Amino acid sequence: MVGVMEDKTVGYINGINGSVITINGSPDFKMREMVIVGNSKLIGEVIAIRGEDVIAQVYEITTGLKLNEPVIGTKKPLSVTLGPGIIGNIFDGIQRPLEKIRDLSGAYINRGLTVDRLDTDKKWDIEIKVKKGDYLTGGSVIGEIQESEAVIHKVMVPPFVEGEVIKLKESGSYTINEVLAVLKDKRHENEIRMLQEWPVREARPYKDRQTPKQPLITGQRVFDTMFPIAKGGTGAIPGGFGTGKTMTQHQFAKWSDADIIVYIGCGERGNEITEVLEDFPELIDPKTKRPLMERTILIANTSNMPVAAREASIYTGTTLAEYYRDMGYHVAIMADSTSRWAEALREISGRLEEMPAEEGFPAYLSSRLSEFYERAGFVTNLNESEGSLTVIGAVSPQGSDFSEPVTMNTKRFVRCFWALDKQLAYERHYPAVNWSNSYSEYIDELALYYKNNVAPDFMEKRTMVSALLQEESKLMEIVKLIGSDILPDEQKLVLESCKVLRQGFLQQNAFHEDDTYVPIKKQYLMMDLILKMHEKAKTLVAKGIPVSVIRKTEVFNDLIKMKYSIDNTHLEKFKELETSIFNKLNELSMKYER
Amino acid sequence: MKLEYMGLNEINGPLVVLDGIKGAANEEIVEITSNGKKRLGKIVQIKEDAVIIQVFEGTSDLSLTNTTTKFTGYPMMMPLSEEILGRILNGTGKPIDGLGEVYAEDKRDINGMPLNPASRKYPRNYIQTGISSIDGLTTLIRGQKLPIFSGNGLPHNKLAAQIVRQAKISGENFAVVFIAMGVQYDVAEYFKQSFQESGVLEKVVMFLNLANDPVVERIITPRCGLTVAEYLAFEMNMHVLVIMTDMTSYSEALREISSSKNEIPSRKGFPGYLYSDLASLYERAGMLKDREGSITQIPILTMPNDDITHPVPDLTAYITEGQIVLGRELHQRGVYPPVTILPSLSRLMKDGIGEGFTRNDHPDLANQLFASYAKVQEIRALASVIGEDELSEIDKNYMRFGKHFEDYFIAQDHDEERDIEQTLDLGWTLLGLLPKGELDRLNAGLIEEHYKEVDERSIQVKGF
Ligand SMILES: Nc1ncnc2c1ncn2[C@@H]1O[C@H](COP(=O)(O)OP(=O)(O)OP(=O)(O)O)[C@@H](O)[C@H]1O
Ligand SMILES: [Mg+2]
Repeated sequence: MVGVMEDKTVGYINGINGSVITINGSPDFKMREMVIVGNSKLIGEVIAIRGEDVIAQVYEITTGLKLNEPVIGTKKPLSVTLGPGIIGNIFDGIQRPLEKIRDLSGAYINRGLTVDRLDTDKKWDIEIKVKKGDYLTGGSVIGEIQESEAVIHKVMVPPFVEGEVIKLKESGSYTINEVLAVLKDKRHENEIRMLQEWPVREARPYKDRQTPKQPLITGQRVFDTMFPIAKGGTGAIPGGFGTGKTMTQHQFAKWSDADIIVYIGCGERGNEITEVLEDFPELIDPKTKRPLMERTILIANTSNMPVAAREASIYTGTTLAEYYRDMGYHVAIMADSTSRWAEALREISGRLEEMPAEEGFPAYLSSRLSEFYERAGFVTNLNESEGSLTVIGAVSPQGSDFSEPVTMNTKRFVRCFWALDKQLAYERHYPAVNWSNSYSEYIDELALYYKNNVAPDFMEKRTMVSALLQEESKLMEIVKLIGSDILPDEQKLVLESCKVLRQGFLQQNAFHEDDTYVPIKKQYLMMDLILKMHEKAKTLVAKGIPVSVIRKTEVFNDLIKMKYSIDNTHLEKFKELETSIFNKLNELSMKYER
Repeated sequence: MKLEYMGLNEINGPLVVLDGIKGAANEEIVEITSNGKKRLGKIVQIKEDAVIIQVFEGTSDLSLTNTTTKFTGYPMMMPLSEEILGRILNGTGKPIDGLGEVYAEDKRDINGMPLNPASRKYPRNYIQTGISSIDGLTTLIRGQKLPIFSGNGLPHNKLAAQIVRQAKISGENFAVVFIAMGVQYDVAEYFKQSFQESGVLEKVVMFLNLANDPVVERIITPRCGLTVAEYLAFEMNMHVLVIMTDMTSYSEALREISSSKNEIPSRKGFPGYLYSDLASLYERAGMLKDREGSITQIPILTMPNDDITHPVPDLTAYITEGQIVLGRELHQRGVYPPVTILPSLSRLMKDGIGEGFTRNDHPDLANQLFASYAKVQEIRALASVIGEDELSEIDKNYMRFGKHFEDYFIAQDHDEERDIEQTLDLGWTLLGLLPKGELDRLNAGLIEEHYKEVDERSIQVKGF
């Protein structure tokens, strides 16, 4: 980057309305420019220009701000700082490290703190991967750093920068600000450091987008088996309060087979972030055998933090995620909750006196949502590596009403919709995913993967499960009116087998050491065995054996308990269980024949 | 800046507008004097050189000419010291007990500052309230925010008072901050009495904004109270229990101000920022890594028309760590406390119960009770269609279980204190009304250890 002498843009505060201020006094402010507001130097961003009035949102609490205090333009859009030191860290909505802030200001977050987003003193060991004379382009990896035990950080040439390496440091220990290489193109000499900046609202470029074909395996049965999401896919988890959105996202963050997790606590509870901070360093990633924190990035704008930064937190998180995708990683974003983000948009829009659309939300709600989910994808990066960004957003519908604007609009842009159900949550059926209202549009794309990597008939079995559950819901309509006693036995069997499916398969106990994460192979074996039992029991019923008698053999209960009785590392026990179940059923059958 | 201005330019509901002001600070407190009476207000918006001020004590009797307005240069501050314990203050934090001003060791902005999540400590210690429906099924954790969702005429005050009386908040080092917003005089008096009877009055700070007090004042009452709570918890290392009632009145006050400002409403006329505003109160509960103390909040709210989807309960539950829901049906059947358990939830209980905290069987037992009781509701619905006599034998078992569960587990006397062992054992006894095969949330080991089939009569005879 070439240094230019900067003449500052300076204006003055002319109005304050909550987190939105009006600035007068300079025509030079630009849309989306980052500004430094007032004597206490708060961070803000220009969001509208109306004649003389420049309007900015302020990312910190505006209490005490006065009229006529100066506002200084930075000439840069709001950006994130990219480089080693992001993994395992916790940032606020505009990427200020919260642990550093704690060291500076104690338990509470004060205003106007200046902290480096990444540690500028720390030296990182880099292994240089290029040599002088190489011609590098955007995305080219110039060196590698072991950022955490689980993640190798690739120092890349920023997008749109290229040139021949004319100067190059040797492998060794450097800070993020030191120049590692100089690239010379036709016009410029570009300095490359570990650190680069990127505007948060701009998607980082890639070379090509691919159709997602691999599932993001989460270890959660109702997701992986019934409604799977692809790496690079989009999914939404809508649900009323207490239905399990956060628990589900925590489970995904813990156990999914992404390389890196970006967890964005957007307008939610402080304690939920603290929980991650306390638990993740203790939990071991089944894939890398390292503590989960070593692949996790946390962004926290809790519900009591300033609302404008809530709006930014989603973009900050997404940009960090894209940066790691560019290195060739599979990254998954958990955004909890996108509704709070939408509400932040609404609040700011209200203060701008924009014309509201539904329920006070701005008319651009839907385009903002679509832009956000559009940043997901399975891509070929600029440097030819493959990476993906999976985006999973929680939605908190007001009044648990799925027809409200955020849920409705989200539904248009995601391909997995996991509807959480209040009734199931009341029954403590967790995860409370409603199997009739939920869907995944990735089934076809992923079929081949499941076929080749799990079982040839995986998708057929899945369809059978779905069909059985559907039959059950129809029968339940009747049962509600007349009870189950007078149903014919083959229908009773459907109810009984579906009970096994619901309790033994769909329900999953996040607090059980084995059941919290179930390998996909085991998921298949469980589903398979339930279906086999059902088919066999059908033949017994056909012979006139009542379901009540079959129940006495305990086969249903054996299956409900198999999630606990067969642990994740002893899948060969499924054969034993199958034998035992078939023996019981055969015995009964023979007794009746006699 | 400490200037005085004569007159006003506009009066609109609780808001007044003053033109020609230079150097006013956002959210600064102003004093408006008219006819010798002083009221407080807060700057809520600054435009060019006009400021909009929200007047806490209301604007009645103000005119454009009869006022002087003084700018204090500061946001609202609360004087703090340990001597505040035992005091009674009004909705703006001024003593009304005739004992003079509170000696101030420290003063703090009542709006507080956001707690850094990296400074929090995740709450894990349970508080025994002696109430089975709470201890067993929606366990209260020290540092939790757990509201009571109630309706008009339901015994939420009685329940809250019982919790305060029985909660073993741990030894001497506890305090109660009681915050009344728009409640009747009787209610405040009831709590005072009950604190007196249990001999904790000198550990209580009461903030009273009663039904006939200015509506707008309600906005600052909880902030004053929570500032005191933070001081006691994090400077004096005390375990503080905060009761805030009624959050619905609070929210309605917020709605009133918002509509005077002509803001675009979201649901039911409430402002779009109701969520963030409520969060700025509820999130002040919790624990800190490097401090001993804690703030446990029990906000109380009345659900208009018993509607849990109303914005106030709905947004509250999206912020708090669960909710205890009271139901009219149980209340009418004479069940006290009428805790409707299915929609009730304690989110923090998962890390604060079980082995090493309460008892190893607690999590699974609670799950089983929830699941079985959910089944009871289904069967009751069926019974209302086909008649109870037509139910299958198993379903009849559930009907019996449901009734006894309500009568013996949920119901208890308002001065009855059950320890956690009693509560859990009682749960097991009641499960004895169901055949073993129905207990699908419990593993064989637990069933072996605790389950004993009982018949209905033995439960009735024993009477508990
Ligand atoms: N998979 C699960 N296993 C066990 N318990 C669960 C599971 N999912 C949810 N729960 C229970 O439900 C409670 C609420 O879940 P969670 O906090 O995830 O809800 P939420 O949908 O995020 O609610 P809110 O919108 O209010 O944040 C948890 O505290 C836990 O007790
Ligand atoms: Mg949540």
